[in-house]
Amino acid sequence: MSDPVTTATSDNPAVIPVQAGPGVNPQGPTQERAASLWSDARRELIRNPIFLASVSFILIVSSMAILPSMWTSKNPRDCDIKFAKLSPSAEHWFGTNVLGCDYYSHAIYGARPSLSIALIATTGVTLIGVVLGMLAGFFGGWVDTLISRIIDMIYSLPFLLGALVILGVLRQSDLLHSDQWWPPVLVVAIVLIILGWVGVARIMRGSVLSAKNLDYVLAAKSLGASNSRLMFRHILPNAIAPVVVVATISLGGYIGAEATLTFLGAGLQPPAVSWGTMIAGNIDYFNEYKYLVLIPCGLLVPTVLSFILAGDALRDALDPKLR
Amino acid sequence: MGRYIVRRLLQFIPTVLGTLFLLHYLTTVGIQLTGNPIRALFGDKRPAPETLAALTSRLHLDDPCLKQKGNPCLGLFRERLVDIGQLDFGTNFRFRPVFDWRGFFDRAHASIITDALPYTIKITIIAFTIEALVGVFIGMRAGMKPGKSLDYSVKISTVMVISVPVFVLGILIQQFITRDFGNFLRGQEWIPEVISRGVFGSAYKQEFPFASLIIPGIVLGMLSLATTARLTRTSVHENMRADYVRTAKAKGLTHKRVIGVHTLRNSLIPVATNLGLSIGGYMTGAIITETIFNVPGVGNQTARAIFQGEPAVLIGITTMLVLVYLVANLLVDLLYAVLDPRIRYE
Repeated sequence: MSDPVTTATSDNPAVIPVQAGPGVNPQGPTQERAASLWSDARRELIRNPIFLASVSFILIVSSMAILPSMWTSKNPRDCDIKFAKLSPSAEHWFGTNVLGCDYYSHAIYGARPSLSIALIATTGVTLIGVVLGMLAGFFGGWVDTLISRIIDMIYSLPFLLGALVILGVLRQSDLLHSDQWWPPVLVVAIVLIILGWVGVARIMRGSVLSAKNLDYVLAAKSLGASNSRLMFRHILPNAIAPVVVVATISLGGYIGAEATLTFLGAGLQPPAVSWGTMIAGNIDYFNEYKYLVLIPCGLLVPTVLSFILAGDALRDALDPKLR
Repeated sequence: MGRYIVRRLLQFIPTVLGTLFLLHYLTTVGIQLTGNPIRALFGDKRPAPETLAALTSRLHLDDPCLKQKGNPCLGLFRERLVDIGQLDFGTNFRFRPVFDWRGFFDRAHASIITDALPYTIKITIIAFTIEALVGVFIGMRAGMKPGKSLDYSVKISTVMVISVPVFVLGILIQQFITRDFGNFLRGQEWIPEVISRGVFGSAYKQEFPFASLIIPGIVLGMLSLATTARLTRTSVHENMRADYVRTAKAKGLTHKRVIGVHTLRNSLIPVATNLGLSIGGYMTGAIITETIFNVPGVGNQTARAIFQGEPAVLIGITTMLVLVYLVANLLVDLLYAVLDPRIRYE
């Protein structure tokens, strides 16, 4: 009995209430009837092993970023040149780098700048993109023309090239050489936001345009709903799904972007510790000390991969057309 | 069609001006926040004030508005537009011009870009060929048989390639393939030098102007290859379910004709656009691959400008690249209208 039900759910969740009925699952019918896009998606996601694996990895990496002291008791800036370039051992799990710093603590503390940049950039990009995209799509007319022209302008700058030129000019700035960890992080994140919001705005504008003339919106409008109610209660919840997917994927993208910019000398600068600076700074020693490059790569790539896979799983779960 | 082209060309002018202004404004604010970039050139040494002043004025960095934070420096922007109109993209600190079109024909007028461009064009052609041929072919095969092993391997490998930043990919390929495997090849007597030292050399070599660009080209094409394969796959997959394909099948056309004429031609429209747009990706990608494999192209010059703290060169090269990108976008849009008549009648 349970077998056909599970196959039915994976093929077409909409059929469940009819097939399963009250006899199979006493609480089923009421829950199923209330099922929204999001609860359908949630049910699908908690059964998706890839999604669960990527989210667990993201949680592990996030815990490194939030509470590095939980993972290591060593200070990454506590270095002793006497112990330079030690191979991995019980004392130093990942060995030491050329300055004799414990590399394991570097790897742990390196998570924070990388993840903060991605998180700040994605939050900023999503907020600005959603608001401006919705305004452009909803009001049309000159608002749309103005916002769309600005979007076109920023879109005409290739993303990394634009970030590279701005950060390259700012390279000597005190902001990027601060002793605290957050000013450079903020500068890089702001540059990514300035150039990145247009992608979200375009998607949002598109989905608002298609949602605007749907029956339920017209119905709400004819009942006298105000513009803000139409936008935030009716259109936004139905147009936000693609934005959520893009935001998840772009978290991974911005982690990669930070590392790339740092590699090209335009992102964070040492002594700041991030996965990007770890890769960029140790490239010259690759011949003899492979682990100095492979360890940060081995953290960076799975993190980016996890965000992309999680975003993909979200997209599959949120897109009813694929079911 | 004519009306569409005119409209698109008219839109092009404000977009170019807007983008150039944006670039100008962002870099100007950067200079205003950082202070005179010339000083950085001297490092910790304090240059004589006259030297500093002479250099600053020679490079047009003495405008007072560069000291007022937030000022958009419209006068400076106007000057820069006039310069760009005369194809003048500034000079580096040794007064070597960033671009001089006569450099293409006459060594006496060599400039940074004319010297570097041939390498970048070669590497881009290699990357583009690989991206277009391999990407479209794999994506097509995967899209026609969704859910089969090839489809899954495309899905998995594209996600893998997308999640590995290009520079990590480049470094790993350089170290493990061109160095370790290349050293092994170089130890074998019977392998010709073109292969062992050219194709599998870990840096660009003047003796093998084409062979030693192949692997950097593949690395450069890899990222967009994944996107292209994936886009083709989705596009073919969606079109396979389209009404007109069902109609074509229903009226009894052969499988070949349904796939080749009805499905493929329509599926390749978004792919063609994407191929055109990947030129933007190549510009940044080239900065990374050319730096890693030490190819003396435009990207390498860009990275050098960053490391040596030459914002004038950086801005000059970027301005030029952005112009090329905009023109490419324009051509892609026109091509799109030729391929897909629906676009023209918006």
